[in-house]
Amino acid sequence: MEIPYTVESREDTGLNNVKLGIWLFLASEVMLFGGLFSSYVLLRVGAETWPVGASILSVPIAAFNTVVLIASSVTMVMAWASLKMNDFGKFRLYLGSTVGLAVLFLVVKAYEYSDKFSHDLYPSESTFLAIYFTVTGLHALHIIGGIIVNGYFVGPGSKMWKTAPEQFTNRIEAAGLYWHFVDLVWIFLFPVLYLL
Amino acid sequence: MDTVATLDHSHAGHEHKASWWRTYVFSVDHKVIGIQYAITALVFMLFGFILMIMMRWQIAYPGQPIPWVGQFLGDANAPGGIMLPEFYNQLGAMHGTIMVFLGVVPLAVGGFGNYVMPLQIGAPDMAFPRLNMASYWSYFVGGVVMLLSFFAQGGAANSGWTSYAPLSIIATSGQTWWLFGMVFLITSSLLGSVNFIVTIIQLRAPGLTFMRLPFFVWTQLVTAFLLLLAFPPLESAAVLQLMDRLAGTSFFMPSGLVVSGAAVDVSGGGNPLLWQHLFWFLAHPEVYVLILPALGITAEIVANNTRKPLWGYRVMVYSAIFLGFMSFLVWAHHMFLTGMGTAISAFFQTTTMIISIPSVVILSALVISLYGGSLRFTTPMLFALAFLPMFGIGGLTGLPLGLALPDLHLHDTYYVIGHFHYVVAPGTIFALFAGIYYWFPKATGRKMNDLLGKIHFWGTFVCMNGIFFPMLIQGLAGMNRRMYDGAEMYQHTQGVLVWNGTILTFAWVMGLFQLFFIVNFFWSMKKGAKVTSDNPWKATTLEWATPTPPPHGNFVTPPEVHRDPYEYSVPGAVQDFTPQNERR
Amino acid sequence: MSGTSADEIRKHVKVYVMVFVALMVLTVATVGVSYLALSIPLAILVALIVATIKGSLVARYFMHLVGEKKAVTWSLMLTAVFFCLLMFLPLFATLDHIGQ
Repeated sequence: MEIPYTVESREDTGLNNVKLGIWLFLASEVMLFGGLFSSYVLLRVGAETWPVGASILSVPIAAFNTVVLIASSVTMVMAWASLKMNDFGKFRLYLGSTVGLAVLFLVVKAYEYSDKFSHDLYPSESTFLAIYFTVTGLHALHIIGGIIVNGYFVGPGSKMWKTAPEQFTNRIEAAGLYWHFVDLVWIFLFPVLYLL
Repeated sequence: MDTVATLDHSHAGHEHKASWWRTYVFSVDHKVIGIQYAITALVFMLFGFILMIMMRWQIAYPGQPIPWVGQFLGDANAPGGIMLPEFYNQLGAMHGTIMVFLGVVPLAVGGFGNYVMPLQIGAPDMAFPRLNMASYWSYFVGGVVMLLSFFAQGGAANSGWTSYAPLSIIATSGQTWWLFGMVFLITSSLLGSVNFIVTIIQLRAPGLTFMRLPFFVWTQLVTAFLLLLAFPPLESAAVLQLMDRLAGTSFFMPSGLVVSGAAVDVSGGGNPLLWQHLFWFLAHPEVYVLILPALGITAEIVANNTRKPLWGYRVMVYSAIFLGFMSFLVWAHHMFLTGMGTAISAFFQTTTMIISIPSVVILSALVISLYGGSLRFTTPMLFALAFLPMFGIGGLTGLPLGLALPDLHLHDTYYVIGHFHYVVAPGTIFALFAGIYYWFPKATGRKMNDLLGKIHFWGTFVCMNGIFFPMLIQGLAGMNRRMYDGAEMYQHTQGVLVWNGTILTFAWVMGLFQLFFIVNFFWSMKKGAKVTSDNPWKATTLEWATPTPPPHGNFVTPPEVHRDPYEYSVPGAVQDFTPQNERR
Repeated sequence: MSGTSADEIRKHVKVYVMVFVALMVLTVATVGVSYLALSIPLAILVALIVATIKGSLVARYFMHLVGEKKAVTWSLMLTAVFFCLLMFLPLFATLDHIGQ
């Protein structure tokens, strides 16, 4: 039994199911991180003192990580574009780079965290550290999710290119939308936590 | 003559037989998943009912051993069969949690939504069948976690279903179980809501425009958006509360907190009201999740049993959409007593008054729909008819709660409990019962017994009022909620304590009347009178155009829709109903 | 986007590279501004404006949000409204609090 519009677009909505589905999921993610940003605002407004991010966190390291993540967004969209141009080899290269850059981001993040812990700077120390660790931690979990999904598409999942190329391209587009969203969240997290 | 899709019952192109596990346990068929949700939810509701009966006993006879079950509760909960306050608090918190998150919503959305909606839009299944299965199992796991929490050290969560900080932060380990359970439930809800929205937008049959959708489908669409966008902040809040409990953070722990004479060893700087904002941001839209599907089910049954179109369909649709939108703007009416300033309080009072309008419009439209109708008093219709005044009482009693001044007196009293139970119990649950009696023949090919159904209805209807009306009286007298001794220690409640006995009696009698339903439900599955047509209620919507029960894939060829959803008693028509897919 | 030809995609690729450069420049800018020791409200405003511009570039060019279909854009606009409610109403409630 075939579910219609899994691959081809429905005429009146102009969408296929996966595209609409991923955007709706991203809408819920906006609200998820929104809850945390709202918490940040309330905690900061209610605090007697609030440290300048740069006094506790390392701006150069996070700036580097920002560049890494933005670059991974570029390689992600290039991976999709390569599929649209029928270049499977380039697709693999770009998506592989996306995964590699994501891993690099996590490695740097792990270094940041361990550096904090080694100075006894735990989430329980202050509400600033609490929100810092929690929101970047949740963001990191989303990066891990993206690594798993993209890794699957570089590896065993890429078989679908031979059997159902259009469906595969749609899936990569959906994975790309998710990945760009993860990048978007960081674009806001970085200045809010580190620079303000 | 009913339109019956001619079908040979083998799967077209799939000649293999799936294993029992794939067919009944790990199925991706929306109908199987819908039934899984419904049965699981009904079992949880029964469990939630039992928790409540024990509470009501304690309230009516505080300090006395609970008959029959008291000896089995264990010394940690009820030494000598006498309920400890700590255990009472667990019952309270879990009754609410289980009824809302494991019972009513999974039945209304997961059960009815999954089973009926794809059929009503003429779809072969949901847009993402495997995601649908994942959604059910996530719910199941969340439910198991919640039930197992009773065996945690210190028992289950005991800080109210609302889990207010800082009490919930210092509470026993059951609260952590609650938080993890909620993560599973929220995940289930999220996966489900994406599926519902994509399915309704993308998989409507040809000719089924939005304004030809059955009202039930509209309510499921709005509900899905509420779940999609309102649950995530509670998920973040749950993460924050887990951090406070497990990592020693102070998201919700204020500075200078002293517990049992000792200062709490945390950084402080947190805000307990932050939890309340994030919680109620979800929990208010959640109450519309509780009522919208019920309004949808009632609308279907009213149209069918009045043999006329719904009055004001368009207005009902716009009201449902407006209601959904407004539901995000009212949440702090649950927080009037937290020290809100007049400006913000005025804002939330205003939005709360505004949101009562679409509810009244929908209810009025349903009542007006009865006028001039050719009423058939079938069992579903009895429940649907009773829903109308019951929901009316529930809604009206909400008005003083939505205004800060009367809420000063009524907040946290039994008036609140009476109000919301009127809406959910003889409100939503009546609509859900109506839906079960109504769609049972489509799912099983047999009718539920009518006599048992009517006994179930009248007994439950009388008892519901006997339980919840006195609560309104008690609340007006100032009787506080969540008091394990039934507020017997207070002077101002002495005059209304007598109602505790009344409420207990009606509660366990209502429990007995549910036996008529439970027996009827299971007996009819095997021995109920077989239906002689695919459309025994002579209804117009597409779910009745399938074979009975519908096979995998539902429709052999996708139906084409040529009409509005409630073309009953069309002048000049051969019969008093014209199915949506009948050609012009 | 199943109708887009390979040539159109090649044009898109040029755009992706330009957007990447723009994002790099804006990242440098946002870090640079942080060293200027602006007053807190002004610093917040500038940081959020820059982040919004960067975010818009990602949304518009990488996520192809311009010209996206109604079901998607309306859902996102609705989300934006609720996001703002979630940001501002608890804040106003906190600011309009009785007592200290």
